[in-house]
Amino acid sequence: MSPPAPKIRIRGLRKAFGPKLVLDGIDLDVPDGQSLVVIGGSGTGKSVLIKCVLGIHTPDSGSIEIDGEEVTGLSAAERERVNRKFGMLFQGGALFDSLPVWENVAFGLIEGKGMRREAAKPRALVKLAQVGLTTEVAELSPSELSGGMQKRVALARAIATEPEIIFFDEPTTGLDPIMADVINGLIRKCVRELGATALSITHDMASVRKIADHVAMLYGGRIIWSGPVARLDESGNAHVDQFIHGRAEGPIQMQVRN
Amino acid sequence: MSFLAQIGSVLLLFLAASGRLTLFALTGLAHCFRPPIYLRLIGRQMVDMGYYSLPVVGLTTLFSGMVLALQTYTGFARFNAESAIANVVVLSITRELGPVLAGLMVAGRIGASMAAELGTMRVTEQIDALSTLSTNPFKYLVAPRLIAGVTMLPLLVLVGDVIGVFGGYLVSVYKLGFNAGIYIHRTLDILETQDVVSGLVKAAVFGFIISLMGCYHGYNSRGGAQGVGVATTNAVVSAAILILIFNYIITELFFAK
Repeated sequence: MSPPAPKIRIRGLRKAFGPKLVLDGIDLDVPDGQSLVVIGGSGTGKSVLIKCVLGIHTPDSGSIEIDGEEVTGLSAAERERVNRKFGMLFQGGALFDSLPVWENVAFGLIEGKGMRREAAKPRALVKLAQVGLTTEVAELSPSELSGGMQKRVALARAIATEPEIIFFDEPTTGLDPIMADVINGLIRKCVRELGATALSITHDMASVRKIADHVAMLYGGRIIWSGPVARLDESGNAHVDQFIHGRAEGPIQMQVRN
Repeated sequence: MSFLAQIGSVLLLFLAASGRLTLFALTGLAHCFRPPIYLRLIGRQMVDMGYYSLPVVGLTTLFSGMVLALQTYTGFARFNAESAIANVVVLSITRELGPVLAGLMVAGRIGASMAAELGTMRVTEQIDALSTLSTNPFKYLVAPRLIAGVTMLPLLVLVGDVIGVFGGYLVSVYKLGFNAGIYIHRTLDILETQDVVSGLVKAAVFGFIISLMGCYHGYNSRGGAQGVGVATTNAVVSAAILILIFNYIITELFFAK
């Protein structure tokens, strides 16, 4: 019996910005209903990888399949259809500052799914409650919230349409360790409850150990190691070992100007 | 040879930028006619661009009309042609000063604000977030602003025309001692439909240019706060230059014999 087809299948993905080659032939599978976390240093192209899958960046070559459907080169209308399967938590939250919190959460329901505003608001309040926010917060502007609360609202927005696939871009960046753990717990809970597939990128190892089923390491534009999170400490890969232990010495050389 | 190469590379950059702008404009225009149409957003942009720009445009055209009457009087008095003040004021305001001054003022007020808003949305990934929420940024952000620009600036200019002519009337009647009835009679007598229509056509084109430049530079801004600042400056400067260029072209089309 053949193994089940992955939810996301990436093959030979290449992306360059001018002379700088960022992704140099990425091969990656994200199994259905599993949480895969891509780790790697700053500037290694983790965000570019996610944005290629989302259709925000157009890859130079290679293949990205969602549920077996090739999504590179789709028209704008087809891309909107595929994107209805997605939810995304941006690194900075990317909340719409012209809208109150509840409208941010309900945005995908109103604009993406054509739900009436009166029907979408109670759904948004339920999602806010799921991430631990009260109804008083719903009428506030995003700029009136703390960083941790903004991340929760962004998480509520990412799960509001009950997407099949959720992307998390550095979900704990800029948060204190306690709030980061709260967000990690919420991510784990929300993904499990939805039965969604999750693709996350981070360099926060506490986050990796909490939300990942599988881990892949991106280095030099390629996936140099992947496996279950339980095997992360016995990867046998010097790059992975250096990264997860946060050592300055090792095969990964940071460019530091003297 | 290197000099020629430099000219060539500048020309290529210019052509590439023109191509990108044309594609952006065509994509934005196509989304103005394709559903879904965001009426709430269009209404909000119309209020912002039309209603809230009224004081700026009103004051600009009022004082322009007043100055025009004063300057025409002092100039025309040398030829004993003071009676032509009403004609000069109404034709100058409706054909040229109304649309151009309103266009330049709105470019400064609204073009800059559009570029700053969209630029901030770009650098804070809000535009990317729209795409992930199955919402086309062109349809949601660009099309409402283009529609508001094309419809609101003619209305502003129409109001500005009336206020500008009234400014000329105030100075002529209350300062220079003209007869009010004769002044109004001369104003209406010389004015033709084409004078007003040409001004409104100019206003519609200028409104499109202002919205297009604001959206284009904001949408494509890069590099954080500095990038947003550059986008804002570029939006206002390019809109102002294009307004003056298209003002000549439209005048040529309407009035060249």
